[in-house]
Amino acid sequence: MAKMNLLQAINNALILAMTENEKVMVFGEDVGHFGGVFRATSNLQEKFGKARCFNTPLTEQGIMGFANGLASQGSVPVAEIQFGDYIFPAFDQIVNETAKWRYRSGGQFSVGTLTIRTPYGGGIAGGLYHSQSPEAYFAHTPGLKIVVPRNPYQAKGLLLASIRDDNPVLFMEPKRLYRASVGEVPEEDYELPLGKADIVREGSDISLLAWGAQMEIMEKAAELADKAGISCEIIDLRSILPWDVETVCQSVVKTGRLLISHEAPQTGGFASEIAATVQERCFLNLESPIARVCGLDTPYPLAHEKEYMPDHLKVFEAIKRTVNY
Amino acid sequence: MKDRNHLSDVSLTHKVSVIDKGLVDIPMLQILQPDGTPHADAQLPELDQDAVLKIYRTMRFIRVLDERMVAAQRQGRISFYLASTGEEAASVASAAALEPQDMIMSQYREQGALAYRGYSTEAFMNQMFSNEKDPNKGRQMPIHYGDKALNFMTISSPLGTQIPQASGYAYGQKMAGQPAVTICYFGEGAASEGDFHAGLNMAAVLHCPVIFFCRNNGYAISTPAEEQFAGDGIASRGLGYGIKTIRVDGNDAFAVYAATKQAREIALAENCPVLIEAMSYRLAAHSTSDDPTGYRSKDEEARWQAKDPIQRLGNWLLSKGWLDEEQDGKDVEQMRQDVLNELKRVEKVPVCAIDDIIEDVYDTPPWHLKEQLDELKQHISQYPDAYPKTSGRL
Repeated sequence: MAKMNLLQAINNALILAMTENEKVMVFGEDVGHFGGVFRATSNLQEKFGKARCFNTPLTEQGIMGFANGLASQGSVPVAEIQFGDYIFPAFDQIVNETAKWRYRSGGQFSVGTLTIRTPYGGGIAGGLYHSQSPEAYFAHTPGLKIVVPRNPYQAKGLLLASIRDDNPVLFMEPKRLYRASVGEVPEEDYELPLGKADIVREGSDISLLAWGAQMEIMEKAAELADKAGISCEIIDLRSILPWDVETVCQSVVKTGRLLISHEAPQTGGFASEIAATVQERCFLNLESPIARVCGLDTPYPLAHEKEYMPDHLKVFEAIKRTVNY
Repeated sequence: MKDRNHLSDVSLTHKVSVIDKGLVDIPMLQILQPDGTPHADAQLPELDQDAVLKIYRTMRFIRVLDERMVAAQRQGRISFYLASTGEEAASVASAAALEPQDMIMSQYREQGALAYRGYSTEAFMNQMFSNEKDPNKGRQMPIHYGDKALNFMTISSPLGTQIPQASGYAYGQKMAGQPAVTICYFGEGAASEGDFHAGLNMAAVLHCPVIFFCRNNGYAISTPAEEQFAGDGIASRGLGYGIKTIRVDGNDAFAVYAATKQAREIALAENCPVLIEAMSYRLAAHSTSDDPTGYRSKDEEARWQAKDPIQRLGNWLLSKGWLDEEQDGKDVEQMRQDVLNELKRVEKVPVCAIDDIIEDVYDTPPWHLKEQLDELKQHISQYPDAYPKTSGRL
C-alpha cells in the first residue's frame, strides 16, 4: 500500500499497463514529455519512449479517429481528451465509429482495446468549458462502456480493468479530486469490475445513488441525515453504461426510497434513465417519488458555481423531503 | 531541453509578398492518352500480360456488377446501390500496386479494390442482400463491404471518418514492424470534412506510412467541385501539411498504378504519408437515390465517356495483341450471366435469426440487451405474421 492522490493512482495504472503490454500507447494533447496538463502521464515518455507516449496535434476528432484506427489494428490505445468539455469535436468518431465498429462489421473488426480518458466535472472555477459532465450524451450510445471512479483506489482498479476490457471504454476522471482525494492504493496490479456498483455504506431509510466526485457530496449529506435520525444507504454506481440495475434495485427494495444526484444538468441526465428503470422494477416498493438532485438546466456558470452545484445541503433537503413524503 | 526555432526555414522579403495558387503548378501524370496510345516520353509500368489483364478484367467485372445491381435496385430486389462507373481504374489499378498485407480503408466507391483482392461475386451479393451469410450479419446498407481476411476494413457511411483512422492504423503497422502500409480512399467532397485535415496533419506529424488516395470525380452528389473548394484541387493541400503529393489521371490505369506503386515505396521506406489525387469523373449517378440530370448536362457526360478508363486500357491491350476483341465480348457476356445466376441464388438466402440483433454491440451482450431481446422474441411470437423474416426461427 502507498498513499496516492487520484492522479498518482492513474499514473501508476498507466505504468503497469504499459509495462505489461508493449501494445499499450498513450497519446493526446501535451501528454508527452510535459506529462499532461494535470500530470497524469508524467514520466511515461521517459520510461516507454516517444513512440508509445506522444503528443498529438491539437485536434480531438483527429485523436479519436487515430485511436480508432490504432485499436482496430490490434494496438491498445489509451487516448486522452484534455477536458471532457472538448470531447464534442470527437463525438462523431466516438458515437458513429468507435461504438459501432464491431456491430457494423459483424464482429470482423473491433476497437475493443480502446480506452478514452478525460477529466470531467466542476467545482474548480472552470466556467462553461472546464466543468462539464458529458456522460449522459454517451450513455445514449450502444457499444460504449462508461466508467467513473470516485477515489484513487477505484481509479487505479477501474482504469486497469478498462484498458484490458475488450470494449471501448470512456473513462471519466473527476478532476476536482485529482489532488484533493488521497488514499491508500495497493502498489501491485489489481482490477475492479466494470458494470458493478459499489455499496459504500449500508442504511435502511433511503438509497442515495451517485458517481465520481458527487460521492463525496453524498457522504457529507448522509452525515447531516444521520444527525437528523435518517439512515442512508450510499451507492457508487461506478459504471454508467452498462449500469448495475440489480444492486440499485435491491437497495431500493430494502429502503423504499431513492435519491439520485449528478453534477450534469437534470433534463436528459442519466438520473432520468435510472429513475425510470427503478420505477418500472420497484413500483410496489417505492414509498415516495424518486428524487433527482442535479445541476440546473443551464450552461455551467462561473460566478454562480456554488449555487449551481448539487451540493450536500441541496441533497440533505431532498433526503428530508423524500423521507417525510 | 532542445531549443525550438519555428522561423528557421523562413526566408526574408522586404516587400509585401503575395503567394497565389498559380505560382505552384501541380501537373497530372498521364501515361496512356484517352485513345490508349502511350505518350512518347512516358514510361510504362513494369507489368506483364497477366498482370495487365487482371487489372483490365477486374475493371470489366466491376462495370458488369454495377450495371446489374443498379438494375436490381430498380426492380426492388435490393434496397440501395452505388456504382463506380468511370472510376474503375482509380480503385482497381491502385489496389494492384499494393501488397496483400496492406490495409485498405475505403469510402464506398472502391468496390474495384475489393474485387481485385479476390472478393467473390457471391460475397458481394451476400452483403447487398443483407442475408445470413453477409459478414456484416445484414446490419449495414448495401455496398458497405468489409473483409478481414482480405485486409479490407468494413466501410461506414459517415464521410471522411476513415481518414484519421487510416493514420492510426498505419502507425500501428509501423509499431508492429510490419512491412505494410494503409491506403485510404475518399472523394473530393469528403476532403472538405474536418477529419481530412485531422488525418493528414496527424499522419505527417506522427510519421505514418499511409497513402491518402483522393478520387476527385468532379461532384459530391449534386455539388460541383468549384462549390467544394477554391484552391488547386486536393493535391495542393498535401504540400501545406508537408506531405509528398502526386496528381494522376484517374482514368489512366497505368498512371494510377505507377503513382501508387511509388507512393507505397516512399511511405514504407520513409515512414511518411503520401497523397495521391486521381482526377476522374463520376459517370454514374451518385447512388440509386440520385438523378444527375437535375444538375449536369448530357454533353458533359458524353465528353467524359470518351475518356472511359476501361476502353483506354482495352485499346492499349488490343494494340499489343494481348486481347482478342471477340473473346473479350464473350468474356463480358459470361460475366453478366455469372452475376445474374449468383444474384438469383443469393436473393433466396434468409436473413440472420433475430438473436443476432444484440450480438457484437459488446463482446458479450449485457443484461439490458438480453432483456430487450427476450421481450422482442415474445412479441414476435405473439404477432408472427407481422415479422415474417424472423418469426419462423425463434
